[in-house]
Amino acid sequence: MQIRSPEFKANSVKALSDAQLQKALGNVRAGFIDKRKKAVDALPEFDALRENGKAIKDHTLANLDLYLENYEAQVKAAGGHVHWAETAEDARRIILDLCASRGVKTVTKGKSMISEEIALNDALEAAGVRPVETDLGEYIIQLRGEHPSHIIAPAVHLNKEQIEADFRRVHTHLPADRELVEHEKLLTEARAVLREQYFKADLGITGANFLVAETGSSIIVTNEGNGDLTQILPRIHVVVASIEKVVPTLEDAAQILRLLARSATGQDMSVYTTISTGGRREGDPDGPDEYHVVLLDNGRSSMLGTEFQEMLRCIRCGACMNHCPVYHAVGGHAYGWVYPGPMGAVLTPSLIGVDKGGHLPNASTFCGRCESVCPMKIPLPKMMRHWREREFERGLNPAAARYGLKAWAFFARRPSLYRFFASLGIPVLSAAGGAKHRFSWLPFAGGWTKYRELPAPEGRTFLQQWAQREAKKQEPVR
Amino acid sequence: MSARDAILNKVRASLGAGNGPRAKVVRERLDGAPRGLIPERGQLPDAARIDLFAAQAEKVHATTERLASYADLPAAVTAYLRSKNLSASIRMGDDPRLNGADWSMQAALEIRRGPSDGNDETGLSHAFGAVAETGTLVLHSGAENPTTVNFLPEHHLVIVDAKDVAGDLETVLARVRETFGKGQMPRTLNMITGPSRSGDIEQKMLLGAHGPRALHIMVVGS
Ligand code: SF4
Repeated sequence: MQIRSPEFKANSVKALSDAQLQKALGNVRAGFIDKRKKAVDALPEFDALRENGKAIKDHTLANLDLYLENYEAQVKAAGGHVHWAETAEDARRIILDLCASRGVKTVTKGKSMISEEIALNDALEAAGVRPVETDLGEYIIQLRGEHPSHIIAPAVHLNKEQIEADFRRVHTHLPADRELVEHEKLLTEARAVLREQYFKADLGITGANFLVAETGSSIIVTNEGNGDLTQILPRIHVVVASIEKVVPTLEDAAQILRLLARSATGQDMSVYTTISTGGRREGDPDGPDEYHVVLLDNGRSSMLGTEFQEMLRCIRCGACMNHCPVYHAVGGHAYGWVYPGPMGAVLTPSLIGVDKGGHLPNASTFCGRCESVCPMKIPLPKMMRHWREREFERGLNPAAARYGLKAWAFFARRPSLYRFFASLGIPVLSAAGGAKHRFSWLPFAGGWTKYRELPAPEGRTFLQQWAQREAKKQEPVR
Repeated sequence: MSARDAILNKVRASLGAGNGPRAKVVRERLDGAPRGLIPERGQLPDAARIDLFAAQAEKVHATTERLASYADLPAAVTAYLRSKNLSASIRMGDDPRLNGADWSMQAALEIRRGPSDGNDETGLSHAFGAVAETGTLVLHSGAENPTTVNFLPEHHLVIVDAKDVAGDLETVLARVRETFGKGQMPRTLNMITGPSRSGDIEQKMLLGAHGPRALHIMVVGS
């Protein structure tokens, strides 16, 4: 998809004044936070499991080459095929070649963020193959020509009236006067429409929540069952997954599964957790004949060994965005690419470059909630700070901010000058603040004062106050 | 250089990885498959564990029932179909435990064999095992219990042997490993926790998305 991350600011302004979006975003706050908390509180071992999950992923990443080799050998032993893709383009080409060589006309798709990352649908359509998204949320946004605004709830930015209008626009084979107001009616209609597609498809594409090195299996986790129909009905099952999805054993997957559903939707276990290995076996009456895995790198191998390695522990649960005040305010589309919220702010610059995605790490209040809920204990705020530093080093942030910071740095390195000017500054600014002791306009700070007043500084500088407190402490206690 | 080697080389270079003891550590982990932390919740004596399984399954909107033996199965199936006003027809595979029941007693009941083609209202499967901790059923693909039966019918009836209800998922996975061999898996292993659902429209939870709208579990024996 087209990268619109550099326009984060403009996107956000638009999002803030979009009444439909603001109404829908209320569902994020209301829907996810309490459910997660209840599920987490009901499992006393949750924090210990987080430690285990982190340790499993850290161990796997430190030995990623070896686990990938074992994974590949096991997929082959089970009759499957592994295709390695260094870039998004390589992955698209591999899938298009599979479609072409096997005469594929229709592809059903389970929900996959990797498929979004490699912009697969556009490529399929351009090649004359019809992609059909089958996750209800993904289906809805495909009808609208949009992209997901959330990694586990792709259509969370929409209200049901909008969805009704889309169904009426697209499902023209159904009676125009049908009742379609309730949520249930919308679901039933989508279920019936998509049922036909599962049977028409020649090839089904799913993502993977885990790849298991021990057995060469891929694991998907869904609630709707669409990922399962996508992989058992067509002739060919293709899994698209990135290299960091691998875990050593089934037991390791079981540990992390306890974290995933609780963090994502507040369930103990999602409805369907499916482990798939190879194609149909002798005697199997159903299932795909062929099983292929497209293993995508797309920049991840370069994150290893850097301060961003820990991001590769991410299990895409969405908890960080569900708890993010910035995401609550602007939604996922403002982030301008595939991955929104705190995890997107860290991952996007790694995958598409700091010049294009470097703005996103500024979209943080550093409140720390994302890190505190992240089941994999990823230090998201710290990594956003790393990106800010890189952005500064490379001169990518606005000139005013750079000169301001440079001037500040000049004084900060010269403490006596700093103190002298600061002690001069306070009485001056205090007087300038007037009787209200507030500024409703300041040079260079229009972005702030346009919406609120800035309190004028009063009294003494921090250092002066500190010196006074310390002096007091020295006084003998009577 | 192939894409495979290019990726693996980049991974190695980024990790600064020499070979050293890494290969041995990885081999041991793959061979040993150590169990991690198992929550207390499911670690209960037999009767309490089966009660927990039923309670957890009901919490996620499944219905449950206890049967004394397989002999009670045909009557229980017919009773379920009647209570829901469903047609007297079920789809099922070739599981010997299901076949062992005397279906001839239910003369009006049509039994369709083999995988589902999407035209079945009700499917019947035999689970490989179950997990009390989360109310989860575990089923595997094959002629005995075709995977399509788990997903295409509107109502899914699943029978599970009480002795196969484990406290935790790890115990069932260890049994899978024993049954199919180390490193071997059936084509599909399905873990099913409640009927299909979606929250994609305004975060409102609705049952019956793409899979069954109803999941009815029968625990046989004690
Ligand atoms: S960063 Fe953490 S909280 Fe966010 S999606 Fe990834 S695992 Fe979940």
